[in-house]
Formats: sequence, C-alpha cells, structure tokens
Amino acid sequence: MKNNHEIKLMTPFTLLLLFVIGLGAVLVIYRLANGLGAVTNLNDDFPWGLWIGFDMLGGVAMAAGGFIIAGAVYLLNMKKYKPILRPAVLTAFLGYLLAVLALMLDLGQPHRIWHPAVMWQVHSVMWVVAMHVIFYTMTLAIESSPMLFEKLKWQSAVNLVNKIIVPVVLFGVMLSVLHQSSLGAVYLIVPGKLSPLWSTTFLPYLFLVSAVMMGLSMVSLETTFSSKAFKHKTDTGIISGLAKGNFIVICLYLILKLFFLVKGPGIGAAFAGSKTANMFLLEMVVGIIIPLVMLSSGSLRRNLSSVTTANIMVVGGVLLNRMNVSISGMYGFQSSTGSSYWPSLIEIIITLAIVALGIFLFKLTAKYLNLFPETEMEY
Amino acid sequence: MAKSVLVDLTRCIGCRGCQAACKEWNEQPARKTVFKGEYSNPVRLNSDTYTRIRFSEKDDKGRPVWSFIKEQCLHCVEPACASVCPVAALTKTPNGPVVYDYDRCIGCRYCMLACPFQIPTFEWESARPWVQKCSFCSERINDGLLPACVKVCPTTTMFYGERKEVLAEAQKRIADNPSKYVNHIYGEKEAGGTSWIYISNVPFNELGFRRNVPQIRLPDLTWSYIGKVPALFGVVLIAGAGSWIITRRKEAEKKEEQR
Repeated sequence: MKNNHEIKLMTPFTLLLLFVIGLGAVLVIYRLANGLGAVTNLNDDFPWGLWIGFDMLGGVAMAAGGFIIAGAVYLLNMKKYKPILRPAVLTAFLGYLLAVLALMLDLGQPHRIWHPAVMWQVHSVMWVVAMHVIFYTMTLAIESSPMLFEKLKWQSAVNLVNKIIVPVVLFGVMLSVLHQSSLGAVYLIVPGKLSPLWSTTFLPYLFLVSAVMMGLSMVSLETTFSSKAFKHKTDTGIISGLAKGNFIVICLYLILKLFFLVKGPGIGAAFAGSKTANMFLLEMVVGIIIPLVMLSSGSLRRNLSSVTTANIMVVGGVLLNRMNVSISGMYGFQSSTGSSYWPSLIEIIITLAIVALGIFLFKLTAKYLNLFPETEMEY
Repeated sequence: MAKSVLVDLTRCIGCRGCQAACKEWNEQPARKTVFKGEYSNPVRLNSDTYTRIRFSEKDDKGRPVWSFIKEQCLHCVEPACASVCPVAALTKTPNGPVVYDYDRCIGCRYCMLACPFQIPTFEWESARPWVQKCSFCSERINDGLLPACVKVCPTTTMFYGERKEVLAEAQKRIADNPSKYVNHIYGEKEAGGTSWIYISNVPFNELGFRRNVPQIRLPDLTWSYIGKVPALFGVVLIAGAGSWIITRRKEAEKKEEQR
C-alpha cells in the first residue's frame, strides 16, 4: 500500500508541533530528575492540578468518540458512520495513551504505574479507573490494529480481528460507559470540599453524558478538519447526523445540570457573583446553552461553520467542566488556609506538548496507514 | 483494640513538646521557617512534620485569649484516604492507626484529595516522593507504649485509651463542667467518627477547625457507586448485545426482501 501523498508531512505546522514536543521532552526529563515540586505549582493543599484536570479527565472525555462510533457502526448497524470509524477509534486510542502518559508524569512513582493491576483495592474508584484504562487501551489497540496489519500485508491477522470485532467493540462500550462515569465518581468522596454547584451523587452520570457530548463533537471536528487538511470531501450527512445526535445529548445534559442545580444549591448559587459561580455560569453558557441553540434546527445542523463553532464550544465547555470539578470547584476549600494554585509555565508547556504529540501521531497515521478507507471495510 | 486519644484544648499550654518529640521519634529534619505574622511554626503540616501546635489568638474585650490546637492525622474510624487508595497503601489497623505502606504507594495523591482534614502531605522536593502523615506511633502502640506526643505532654492534654473510654471521658468532662466546655466533641461524628477527638472551651469553628466535614462515613459515598458497577456492566452488556442481535436480524430481513 502506498503512502497518502495528499498529506504533506513537513509543513510549518508540523515543525511547530515537533518543536513543542521536543521542548516538552526536555522538560519531562527535568521533571523526572527533580520531582514535582521543581516543575509544578502543586502543593499539600492542591495535590492535583492541570495534568489531572485537563490531560487526564479532559483527554479521556475527548476519547469518548471512539466507543460511540464503534458502537453505532458495529452494534447499531449505522453504516453511514463507517467512514469515520477509524479516525474516531484512533483518536480514542491516542487519547488514552496520552492520558496515561500524563498520569505517569503526575505520579510520584511513575515506574509503579502497574501496581493497581496486582495490588487490588476494590473500594477505590481510582483502582476501578486504573483497571478500565488497562483493559480499554488494549481494546482500542485491537480495534485500531487492522490499519497496521493491512500496511504489513498480514491478511490473516486482519481476518482474525474482523472475526472477533463485535465482542471486542461490545466490551469496549461496556468499559467506556463505566470508565467515563468512574472518573466522575472520583469526586464523590469530597462533598465537603467540592462546591455544591458541581457536587452531587449523580456526578458519575453527568461525566458520562458530557463525555458523549464531547466525543460526538470531537469526531465531528475531526471529520471536518481532516477532510480539509487531507483534501477529502466533507460528508455533510455525517456531520449533520452527529450534530443531531449531539443536540439530543446536550438537551439531556442541560436538563440534568439544571435539575441538580435546583435540587442542590439552588439557582441563586449560580448567580452569587463569586469566581466559582462565574466559572459555573461560563461552563453552562459557553459549553451548553449557546451550542444547543446553534444546533437547534435542521438547517443550522447542515451549516458546516455553525456546527464547527458549536463543536468547538462543546469541547471547550466540557474541558472547562473537568477543570471546574477538579480545580475551581475545590478552590475555596483548598485555599482556605492561604494556599493557592495556578499551573506553572512548565505544567502548561508539557500539557501542550502532549496535545501536540497527539496531533502529530494522528497525522503520521493518516499519512502512512489507511485511516480514511475509500471503500467499505469487511466485517 | 482500637486506641483513641482525647485532646482537651483547655489544658494545652502551647509548649510544643509534642511537636519536638514527634520529630525526634520519627527522625525528621528541621526545616527553614518562614514568618507569616503568627506564632504557629511551621505554617502548615508538611512531609517532615506530622504534628504541630497551631496558635490561635482571639481578642476578648481588649484582653488577648490564646488557644493552642494540636494538629495531626485524626485516624478516622472509616478513613476516606484508605478507601480511595488504588493500591491499598493506606490501611486502618485494628489498633486504631491508619498506616502507610511505602512498598505499595504509587504517589497518585488521591488520599490527599480525599482527606476531609487536608492531612496527608507529599515530598514535593523529592524525585522519588512519598506521602507522609502521622502514623499514631503504630509500632509503639503495638508494643504497648504511648504515642510519642502523648508520652511527652507535661499537662496531660491528651487522654489515651480505648475509643469507648475516651469518648466517655470527653462526655464526662463536658457534663462535669458545662460552663467551661462547649457542648461538642469534635471527631465524635465528623467524617463518621475519628480516633482523635477534641473538646474545647471555645467553639470549634472559631478555632479554625474544618466545619463542613460531612458527618457520615465517607467511604460509603464511593461505595454507593462502585457497588453498582457490576450491575451497570451487565445492563450495558445486555443493551449492546441486544441491539446487535436486533439490527443483524433487520439486516437479514432486508436482504431477504431484496431477493
């Protein structure tokens, strides 16, 4: 199989990506040699910061598109979405790998990342999360493997994967539903610390629903951007179909968010004028209400620029939600004895480097493997 | 059996003998101090300081009133930190202490996030960092000795014994002297109950004690979700497999019709 000649590897953008990745790599070595205190602004009152809030919680939510599209194509037989199956699954795979990378950097003892696999503690959500990450990353590797096997001309391996793909996808969907909600469950233990604007026993399911929103938006954005960058024709049927699905999910999320706002601290708490309340409002307006309006009619959902804008806002809104739950919502409690936290420049650069690595690996796969099959795959 | 300590804040004179004894027993180095306009030193518990005395100065009609608050791990009866640890590095021992196993810890710091009292600390400056917190002198207790801080206290601020005895003593002191003490045993219900409990002549919220600590066993909050995981798994399995069977049948019917 030949390379995808439409894709130019050595563009100024790629060079920028490589520069950021290189800078990040140097800083990673510095972090491993000198510890977390030397590179982050974390402290005893703020044990978790940007790497958990953005890279881990955000990265995993971003990966939700993988299980949604795989489930839609293989379990619900929605053949329309088959052309975007491979990029969606690849994004999920890269998302998980990079989230694990970020997690390793955040761990005090990165070389012990395997401990949860043998030292069980079933009462810990973090243990549940760790087991999900292990199994789902393997699942995603299997789901993405045909691309590589095709390149290597290992036809028997391709056939084998195609034979087991339905149970693998089903297992992946099960793991994802549990994993996305488990990340929300991480914050069930801190009702006294997390602002009531976010703290609810329903948090795991709010994480799940918002991850579906983000996953759909990510897949849609990817389809749009990659068809531009790699000179494919954008399939408006796919884009508007994803947008319609997302409209329904965002509606559900808005209803849930409002329900738990009223049931919990009350509507007034959102308009208290405090920094925390304003962050909540920002998340609600930018991440939910505006995109909902922008996707509300069939003609809007066929308008590529309207959908793209809405998608970017959904992604931004869900990322903001994850950082609100993990940082802003806890800030009042954690800073009450005078501590403070704002990510250091190195934390930000390493985060950017991880994102850049994700984009670069995606591009590399698009160039050398058959990421956008012209013909329908067998299954 | 589960040991416990009552800290009677009315007895503490702020000598910090406990703080020094703790450092000595645990062989922890001194740290360069920072002056932040108060007497408490260091300004926060840290990975080299398992316990400290916090100084609280209040003004009572022009007269200064001091309170000295001993801070250390409260050794919850149902500790959140132990329940969230993914590798069971923190465990509640039958003797009462919540202890830490260096061989298991991966340094994820979920314990620090989960602790309602902000107790566990981290060796931020180390490239191979550990979590650090008071061990309730677990080894000393196992050998039938008093914890180092309790042993050294010159004013019997700390009353050591079984949790039942210690709670009874706290209740007795408040009942015997209702005008002296506020009617609240801090740690009796906080976080579902702690092994270290406090009584005071000044309301606890005025002394900087955490007020919004849930009065429930925190691990139950997580278990309410984890307990459902197998069921959720099953629901998704049935829904997924079911829809696959249905869509496949529909597909077959369609093909049949086309023929």
